[in-house]
Amino acid sequence: MFMIGPVGFAVPWLLLGLIVLPILWFLLRAVPPAPIRRRFPGVALLLGLKDEEAETDKTPWWLLLLRMLAVAAAIIGFAGPILNPEVRAGGTGPLLVVVDGSWADARDWPRRVEKATALVAEAGAEGRAVALIRLTDAPQAVAFQTSEAWAGRAAGLQPLPWAPAGLADWAAVLPDGGFETVWLSDGLAHPGREDLLQALQAKGPVRVIESPRPVLGLHPAGFQDGAVIVSASRMPAADAVAVEVIARGPDPSGIERELARVALPFATGEARAEAVLDVPPELRNRITRFELEAVRTAGSVSLTDDSLKRRKIALIAAGPDQEGLQLLSPTHYLRQALDPVAEIIEGSLTEVLLANPDVVILADVTRLTQPETDATLDWLEEGGLLLRFAGPRLAASDISRFTEDPLLPVRLREGGRTVGGTMSWGEPKALAPFVEGSPFYGLAAPGDVVVRAQVLAQPDPDLASRTIAALDDGTPLVTRKVVGDGQVVLVHVTANAEWSSLPLSGLFVQMLERLAVSTRPAMPEAADLAGQVWSPEVVLDAYGQLSDAGDLPGTDGEALADAIAAGPTLAMPPGLYAGADRRVALNVMAPETRLSAAVWPASVPVVGLEGREAQALKGAFLTGGLALLLADVLAALWVAGRLSGLRRGAAVVALVALPIGLMPTGGAHAQDAPLSDDGLALRATTAVVLAHVLTGDARVDEVASAGLMGLGDRLWQRTSIEPDMPIGVDIERDELAFFPFLYWPVTAGQKQPSPEAYAKLNQYLRTGGMILFDTRDADVASFGGATPEGQTLQMIASGLDIPPLEQMPGDHVLTRTFYLLQEYPGRHARGAIWVEAAPLAEAEAAEGMPFRNLNDGVTPVVIGGNDWAAGWAVDDFGVPMLPVGRGFAGERQREISYRFGINLIMHVLTGNYKSDQVHVPALLERLGQ
Amino acid sequence: MSAAPASLNADLRARAEALGQTLPPLLAEAEMLAATVMLGEHGRRRAGLGDEFWQYRPAHQGDSARMVDWRRSARSDAHFVREREWQAAQSVTLWVDPAKSMTFTGDKGRAPKSDRAKLLALALAVLLLRGGERVGLAGMAAPRAGRTQMLRLAARLAGEEAGDEYGAPETEGMVSHGRAVFLSDFLGDLTTVEAGLARASDRGVKGVLIQILDPAEEEFPFDGRTIFESMGGTMRHETQRAGDLRDRYLARLAERKDRLAGLARAVGWHFTTHHTGHPAQSALLWAYAALQGGR
Repeated sequence: MFMIGPVGFAVPWLLLGLIVLPILWFLLRAVPPAPIRRRFPGVALLLGLKDEEAETDKTPWWLLLLRMLAVAAAIIGFAGPILNPEVRAGGTGPLLVVVDGSWADARDWPRRVEKATALVAEAGAEGRAVALIRLTDAPQAVAFQTSEAWAGRAAGLQPLPWAPAGLADWAAVLPDGGFETVWLSDGLAHPGREDLLQALQAKGPVRVIESPRPVLGLHPAGFQDGAVIVSASRMPAADAVAVEVIARGPDPSGIERELARVALPFATGEARAEAVLDVPPELRNRITRFELEAVRTAGSVSLTDDSLKRRKIALIAAGPDQEGLQLLSPTHYLRQALDPVAEIIEGSLTEVLLANPDVVILADVTRLTQPETDATLDWLEEGGLLLRFAGPRLAASDISRFTEDPLLPVRLREGGRTVGGTMSWGEPKALAPFVEGSPFYGLAAPGDVVVRAQVLAQPDPDLASRTIAALDDGTPLVTRKVVGDGQVVLVHVTANAEWSSLPLSGLFVQMLERLAVSTRPAMPEAADLAGQVWSPEVVLDAYGQLSDAGDLPGTDGEALADAIAAGPTLAMPPGLYAGADRRVALNVMAPETRLSAAVWPASVPVVGLEGREAQALKGAFLTGGLALLLADVLAALWVAGRLSGLRRGAAVVALVALPIGLMPTGGAHAQDAPLSDDGLALRATTAVVLAHVLTGDARVDEVASAGLMGLGDRLWQRTSIEPDMPIGVDIERDELAFFPFLYWPVTAGQKQPSPEAYAKLNQYLRTGGMILFDTRDADVASFGGATPEGQTLQMIASGLDIPPLEQMPGDHVLTRTFYLLQEYPGRHARGAIWVEAAPLAEAEAAEGMPFRNLNDGVTPVVIGGNDWAAGWAVDDFGVPMLPVGRGFAGERQREISYRFGINLIMHVLTGNYKSDQVHVPALLERLGQ
Repeated sequence: MSAAPASLNADLRARAEALGQTLPPLLAEAEMLAATVMLGEHGRRRAGLGDEFWQYRPAHQGDSARMVDWRRSARSDAHFVREREWQAAQSVTLWVDPAKSMTFTGDKGRAPKSDRAKLLALALAVLLLRGGERVGLAGMAAPRAGRTQMLRLAARLAGEEAGDEYGAPETEGMVSHGRAVFLSDFLGDLTTVEAGLARASDRGVKGVLIQILDPAEEEFPFDGRTIFESMGGTMRHETQRAGDLRDRYLARLAERKDRLAGLARAVGWHFTTHHTGHPAQSALLWAYAALQGGR
């Protein structure tokens, strides 16, 4: 292709036409503008006047230049100029397309796939064999195939939510023989990349295509001084920018919502930013994940596990602490261990149970009253954890002596025992290693922990199964019993150092952690995870979307610990892993992960992913030429004196307006500015106003408004109801009491109303308002369950005070409030609609009456899916906005849908008036007498 | 006469009458008493021959006894003579320039100058005839009174043919000591105007010159390379930049107006310029005042 600078020409020989331009110059120069002949009687006065300047008998030079430029633009335009034309670098031999396919690729994956398919297609066009590898896969033999074989696979390729590992292994499986390589890199440095690059370079030339877009990664959130610290890294560390971090989790009704957000400011040149998210504990415990706003990669999502949760622990000791003996206090060591990681509440047992703590710790408490026992049992049934410590009082009491106390895991022997004391034989007992199956399995039992006294369990048949820790002589130290969803754990020694050195050791804290009493530190240690099987619950894909883990196999703790440190792998996808009694999140970004840019040797050409788009300039040149010609028209007119007065202005306006008129104009309706409260009240109350609920979907809202306008027009024409322009109401903000009728189109993405809005809606329904719910899905699934709109409707309606419903019976008053109707179509014709069920007692038709004697009540809701607004909708000219059905049948359907609307509004405004008509004969008879 | 001119006549007459209706009857004042002046029906505000009482005056020496009003004299010791108001009809001669230059109009929406000239002439005629004066067209119709004269004038005006490039005032048929109205653009040779005025003043005729110009002639809104041609095509002037000529053209036009005004003043006539872009009413009012004042 013929190139001048960055511009290439499709038909370069046309440029020869430019040679003609000088000739044109002379031609135009020689021909002056033609004079105008005018009849003018005043010529007698002109005779003898001489022109002051005589040069204009030739075309002025600037006009010539204008014309030449116009002609030149036309010539160049037709020569087909293209900016940055794609110059194909032809290659030979097979082509290997290497895609990283990591989570970082997900940020612009469609363009990568586009590029990869283009490369494959290009190679196919040149008859080259192609192979495509994704480095995040496990290394496998690479085979060159035809491009047709790869085209489909390349288009369907997806990134995987981890970083490529074992790149050097890929080098081993590269095919023999020379080939060219194109490497679509994600821009991050991965281990082993240099090795693979060298191996590829040994086979042939390597090109690298890299996206310049920055990579953002969110680190797992951590705790510091009771606040949540969120941090993120970026690559490259460029200008100052702030990204928003959103914390998501279920709200009290279980719907996933944004719970909090915080701006994360990156300073100029800084690769890492931190922010403090201060949220109340209740909210914090509900957070399931953090994500960076507007970034869709697995790296921008950080799942939270139990580490963010702070458990509520009720600490109850036997009696008032003795003054001055703090170290002897039964709760001192517990308080020390738990205070940094949990919230401790204190009080009497019945008081603290009201706060629904996660754990109740009874330190040497013996006797509970019956109400206390009952309340505690109820709480246990629902998943509470009761942790009891023994002590002198427990040992002295006869609780659980002969029958097992419901709040103790085992029966106890009288008195307990003391070993290794001054008055006893034997050595203080050490701990036995924890056996498999115990929650403490995997913890090391330090030898210096000794037990000098304990309470002893009765050797019942299930004692062995209830023992989760024992001394080296086999006597149970910790026993556990399951009650409902909860459990009761008894530690057979005191919670202070009186009976054993256990509370003095680190093991005490670890055991509390294992029992899920206290919260573990932010990052689990390998030892914490070891010895358990962790099965994935949910996994992340490369775009940061959660999906069910399905039947992915579980892994053991060591591997999980490795993955948490080193990042997820093929065998260990990022997600949430559940162990015996806790969950651990495996995130793409570890707390210390650094995002470093891939460095390519100078010998490897690196181009951006975008390339520079080939831009055809033909249109621009021709438009420019046309504009110049238009200017020439004006200029020529001006030179010839034919522009005068008004016509001059008109011509200029016309010429200037022409291109403006050609520009596409935005036809979208400006949304009505939100009304102030008073404005809304005034507008809504000066006339009857039909209202629709704003869904947030602009199109649905527009159709709803147009539909109510169309219905309003029909009401004006046919009835004495003369509604004003419809109003869209925001149920969260606007007062609903003004509107007799609300049309509520249900969209799939609608949010659940807030509790205040629910209160308002229920008040509205109770005080005579009517809501027409329209799922707009033709009720295809009947009962509205299966479509997304139907599910949204169920979600919305769950909080509404809706009476029992029935499918609209044929004698419902809605069928005869104005028109006699048998069907109720909108844009869809068939769907059933639901109204408040008639009371059963009156559901008998009187003798000779066509209708049942149902006199009272206006149904507060009408639910259907016929998309009525679309059937009613008219545009600004009163012409139907959307097609309904086909031909005359469709027009008939539209008419019936209007009739349904009129009946509905009549029903809203006149209530059961038409039902009362059944009494007319009786009334007339009475009047006659 | 074919149907079209007849309707044109009727049209012109109707419009002229409509214009004339808005003014009170116009009274032309004769300046001189002459034998040729016939007694008309309108008083001249001085004693003379007529039917209407004017005033009593004491009898002078030489008044015949027949002239003494005895009834008035019997009421006092002196003798009184009863004088009557002098009533006379005036002859007004109209000249409407029939030349081709009068057919010019600077804009399609405006009537040509000749149209306006004929309208003004006929409107004046209507007024004068209603006032009892005798109106004629120079060289075409002798001054006569009566409604039939108006019909005749309208027919003559409509049938007028364009001849030369520029018109020369016609004085034929002008009644001595009468009045004359010249309606033209006066863009031609001024010597002919001068000669016409001289001939008229020789006969003691006083009158008005009404110069009728198109706004285009007054503004010269032309630009660019232009060839100007006279309406008959006999004269032409070519220019490269018409806009440059504007100032000099306007200067010449102003000079011509001055000269015309000077000529008129010299012979006791009145001169005005009327533009076809303005309503005809103003010109008619001015002519009314000029003919009535006469001084």
